[in-house]
Amino acid sequence: MSGCTRRCKMGIVKFARSIHRLVTGTLNKDKPEDELEMTVVCHRPEGLEQLEAQTNFTKRELQILYRGFKNECPSGLVNEETFKQIYAQFFPHGDASTYAHYLFNAFDSGQNGSVKFEDFVMALSILLRGSIREKLRWTFNLYDLNKDGYINKEEMTDIVRAIYDMMGKYTYPVLKDEAPRQHVDAFFQKMDKNKDGVVTLDEFIVSCQEDDNIMQSLQLFENVI
Amino acid sequence: MAAGVATWLPFARAAAVGWLPLAKKSMPKPPSDNKSRNDEILIVNVSGQRFQTWKNTLDRYPDTLLGSSEKEFFYNEETQEYFFDRDPEMFRHILNFYRTGKLHYPRHECIQAFDEELAFYGIIPEIIGDCCMEEYRDRKKENLERLAEDTEAEMATDAPLPPDSTSRERLWRAFENPHTSTMALVFYYVTGFFIAVSVIANVVETVPCRPPKGRVKDLPCGEKYSLAFFCMDTACVMIFTFEYLMRLYAAPSRCKFMRSVMSIIDVVAIMPYYIGLVMPENEDVSGAFVTLRVFRVFRIFKFSRHSQGLRILGYTLKSCASELGFLLFSLTMAIIIFATVMFYAEKGTKETNFTSIPAAFWYTIVTMTTLGYGDMVPNTIAGKIFGSICSLSGVLVIALPVPVIVSNFSRIYHQNQRADKRRAQQQDRHSGSQALCVRNRSSFEQQHHHLLHCLEKTTNHEFTDEHTYSEVCMAESVGYRTSRSTSISSHQGLSTSCCPRRAKRRAIRLANSTVSVSRGSVQELDTLHIQKSSIVPQSRSSLNARTQDLKLNCDDTDFTAAIISIPTPPANTPDESLPSSPGIPSILRNSRQLGDCSGSFTHETVKISSL
Repeated sequence: MSGCTRRCKMGIVKFARSIHRLVTGTLNKDKPEDELEMTVVCHRPEGLEQLEAQTNFTKRELQILYRGFKNECPSGLVNEETFKQIYAQFFPHGDASTYAHYLFNAFDSGQNGSVKFEDFVMALSILLRGSIREKLRWTFNLYDLNKDGYINKEEMTDIVRAIYDMMGKYTYPVLKDEAPRQHVDAFFQKMDKNKDGVVTLDEFIVSCQEDDNIMQSLQLFENVI
Repeated sequence: MAAGVATWLPFARAAAVGWLPLAKKSMPKPPSDNKSRNDEILIVNVSGQRFQTWKNTLDRYPDTLLGSSEKEFFYNEETQEYFFDRDPEMFRHILNFYRTGKLHYPRHECIQAFDEELAFYGIIPEIIGDCCMEEYRDRKKENLERLAEDTEAEMATDAPLPPDSTSRERLWRAFENPHTSTMALVFYYVTGFFIAVSVIANVVETVPCRPPKGRVKDLPCGEKYSLAFFCMDTACVMIFTFEYLMRLYAAPSRCKFMRSVMSIIDVVAIMPYYIGLVMPENEDVSGAFVTLRVFRVFRIFKFSRHSQGLRILGYTLKSCASELGFLLFSLTMAIIIFATVMFYAEKGTKETNFTSIPAAFWYTIVTMTTLGYGDMVPNTIAGKIFGSICSLSGVLVIALPVPVIVSNFSRIYHQNQRADKRRAQQQDRHSGSQALCVRNRSSFEQQHHHLLHCLEKTTNHEFTDEHTYSEVCMAESVGYRTSRSTSISSHQGLSTSCCPRRAKRRAIRLANSTVSVSRGSVQELDTLHIQKSSIVPQSRSSLNARTQDLKLNCDDTDFTAAIISIPTPPANTPDESLPSSPGIPSILRNSRQLGDCSGSFTHETVKISSL
């Protein structure tokens, strides 16, 4: 009964407010913070030579990459929303937003909420042209959500769940709820050498190097650019 | 957004490295990318203005002149450029289409010139972007109507009739276009004169004339000079009847003519006279007869044949029917509301005019239209308050639709065209429009497909569609199901040796196509997945499938392209069936042996829609 009276009172207050607005004829004044951001953030990457020195790409490849990047993001920065939207376009079946979020954090090395061209190109350089160790380190960095140097089960479960989310609802076989958990358990069984519940970078690298499948798959993506 | 999605695909594929340690199976081979990395700049010379662009930009739309090999016809060897003798201003927009993927319509250009340019460069107008599509469509419609009217007017004023036209046709022509012959013109003016005479007579006969000798009261002239008016009326009706019968005779389609508005007006105009002739001079019936004479005033509408402006007015009212309807509807609502309120407000007063709600309707109408006759006036305070609210709202309600009608009339009057209000432009722009597609979409799709398959391998689940999914849910309680194949011929070999449940047709349902692929390529993805799913070995243990058995019996080149993206089971087992280099999967090797069709494993043949 008290909830009812409270709702009635709220309704009356709202009504009175709207009458007041009607009577005084005031439109909502634009709050200062609602005004359009007139400052457009723009970022230019460092010179071509520096980028060439820092990454494993040739000048030509960097030029092609930058042209595409600039076409899509004229301001030179990608924020998380845009990143999620772009990534979601490749996975229309499921929900790619969580994984895109983790991926964005992995790309955003400066942790400042936007990905610049340098970040973009550095990450691509590692992923496509880096050594095995570098790639594995990058992947470890991706899994390590809080960047503390250890992957624990919760972080892994989050990642795996995000990946499974991308599959969407309609899968074969039907996606059961314990599938992510089983996957994480299998992963930990393989990776956690000293069974202490967390996976460190060295454990991770060693375990991956032992697995031929992974080693071979790592070679697959070299000709993406 | 197609170009954009294609740009980000390499990054998305690179990010797939993040799945690798989690994958239970190893990843499928990526499609080999034989796109040449060396991009060159092409020079396109359009009437002296040089445009330069990357070759890749033009190759995005292979269905157009610039994207296909058709442009080689315009290649100038000496100057090493493509020369087009067309408008450089328009070319700018065409080239921007290649660059941005959106075609814009420049408002200052002539619509026909623009259409011609589009036709020359092989671009269909349907892909004009949303921002310019409305304008384009409106201008195009205007143009077409103007042309149609011009041709009509030309045809109409064409003096020479075909010599073998019948007298009927000539008569009809004379009626419709009085300027053709002098006789028609004379007839036109005569009828006009008689319409005017008839209308004036109708008006004057009600004016009170001086009473004849012996009477005191004023008499309407109609009754004083009844014979004269009767003669005039008879003469007019004779003319009108004659005209109507002539038109009926000359009309090419009598039924259509009889249904047309003007002929109905004609009939209504002359009917009262004949009915009056027939009816006896009875006191009872003459009351009704008098009412009929009201219809004589409709003769004034016959003027609309003579006046263009009147026709336009009628046309405007017809086309603004929705606004008028809205006006009427909202007025009715407001009238009822206010009448009710006023009635109850004034109920208490003695000797009030507001005797009932319908009686209050009159007050409400008079107040809302701000007439304010003053014959009904509220007396109570509540009545006065509500009365003032009523008049204020009346102004608003009436003022709202009126400007629309006015602007419509002015537009029609000035342009003399049909008003076509803007419909929602969200109709099938997307359904029919994507005939053009990005060329490296074939490799784009292979790569996208490969990416999706990597995800499947990582999670050890496969994409399927809703229908199959619900079936599987049901099937899991029932048990195995027999393989269901609709468009797929049954296959023997590996896939039927194991669980037949997996041999269902599976297609990926690309939900709400946020991926901007064309319809053709969506289908291609679907069929690619059908292909893929059919080869997947049914049990985990048979991973070491024998590739040599996977012979293909289809020699369609597109088919080969599709096979490239199919994940080969042998990729998992790097043993006897694979070559050491991960470049070309062995299935490709087998697929090249197109002439070799073994019956041991007939592959499913699925029609692949070409891009």
